[in-house]
Amino acid sequence: MFGIEDFWSYALILPVAVGVLLGALVLVWWERRLLGWWQDRLGPNRVGWFGSLQALADLIKLLTKDDWLPPFGDRVFFILAPIIVTAAMLLAFVVVPFTPVLVIVESNIALLWFLAMSAMAVYGVLLGGLSSNNKYALLGGLRAAAQMVTYEVFLALSILGVVMLSGSFSLVDIVENQRDGLWHFIPQALGLVIFVIAGLAETHRLPFDLPEAEHELTAGFHTEYSGMKFGLIMAAEYVALILLSCLIVILFFGGWLGPSFLPPVVWFGIKVVIVINFFILLRAAIPRPRYDQLMSLGWKILLPLTLVNILATGAWVLGTQG
Amino acid sequence: MTPLILFYVAGFVTLASAILAITRTNASHALIYLVVALLAIAVIFFLLGSPFAAALQIVVYAGAIVVLFLFVVMMLNLGKSSVARERELLTRGIWTLPSLLALVLFAVVLFALVSGDHEAGAQARMIEPKEVGIALYTKYVLAVELAGVLLLAALVGAYHLGRRYLADRREEEESS
Repeated sequence: MFGIEDFWSYALILPVAVGVLLGALVLVWWERRLLGWWQDRLGPNRVGWFGSLQALADLIKLLTKDDWLPPFGDRVFFILAPIIVTAAMLLAFVVVPFTPVLVIVESNIALLWFLAMSAMAVYGVLLGGLSSNNKYALLGGLRAAAQMVTYEVFLALSILGVVMLSGSFSLVDIVENQRDGLWHFIPQALGLVIFVIAGLAETHRLPFDLPEAEHELTAGFHTEYSGMKFGLIMAAEYVALILLSCLIVILFFGGWLGPSFLPPVVWFGIKVVIVINFFILLRAAIPRPRYDQLMSLGWKILLPLTLVNILATGAWVLGTQG
Repeated sequence: MTPLILFYVAGFVTLASAILAITRTNASHALIYLVVALLAIAVIFFLLGSPFAAALQIVVYAGAIVVLFLFVVMMLNLGKSSVARERELLTRGIWTLPSLLALVLFAVVLFALVSGDHEAGAQARMIEPKEVGIALYTKYVLAVELAGVLLLAALVGAYHLGRRYLADRREEEESS
């Protein structure tokens, strides 16, 4: 049942997981440096060369901190919550093709698997808020649940245009489909914009970080978390950012495709880094909306727009291919 | 052989977590068992050759619907008192009759399995997402349309309820 090809793809599991987690660790420092630069302040610049060991110092601090369990909460859920978030986000990487060969599982439901795993990540946030038995955490969890369920709809609907153009849910097929024609960000510009907005809401990063808005909710759903459990939640957030950037590159910017003077995996890496930096720039540039504004933006503007996008793409596909 | 073992494992997990989902008195614990049951059903779909149905099972049921259940449970602020009340609810008088009826259904299924032909099971194969789409919009298009109408009715109903609430609140604000 397990051939030599299977062996190679399973051998990839560990390097991918370690690589993604290391990427998340580097991002903690990189994001703070970039934010400091854009906001005219220093940022972490003391530990190591240009502060590059700051993330390591943070990690040591988190690992040696007292790992406190709230005695008034639900212990099992409290411990499970960070595990669920991190596991779901890492599992989603199973289907991400870095190049046609560098992919753990190539599947014709890869895109649906990504959606399923981002749906599972909601439970981590929700259970974290529920089990802390703290009003700020509960409010954060409630916000997270409503926000993530809402934006999951647009996350799924916005990529249907890409799926229609490529005729497949397989991420490898979607990239190959962009080889001869235009990369999807031109015909699916609307889909790209909505995917970016929905993805930001799904990863609850800064413009849309209402579940953990520190001005109103202390730290939202992870108020009671300390030590490495908090570290896991942070890591999951950065893993989600990397995942989202990989998906954007694969779906809209041609994945590993590029002029042949660089190997495919380098092209993929360059594009992902550019998209990640764009997300950090968004964080630096855009203030947080009010919660009802976020919800009405979703249902009143994004939903009709995605439906129009699907209709137009469907008509185009029918007109040119049908 | 491996898929068969996996099937039995997934089936066992489904049944065990479904029973636990019914008998737990803490509502949020019960819901998490329900999620586990739904995920195990997704595994069964996958083993039966429909990865598309499996993925949709996770996205729609485990990912969206139970999240909304949990959302409501969080709003209700259920504490120790509600756990005690739940415990009283699950008396023998209440669960005997449903279990008997379920047992009858189980007997029917067993009978069908023992006496019926097994052609359908033998023809199981991988179903591509495209095939599902084509079947939905040709053979089963009426069912899809009907489901759409049903969902539209739910949407209009929810809007109506929400609007009445907003109108009431506006009146209150004007009068105060």
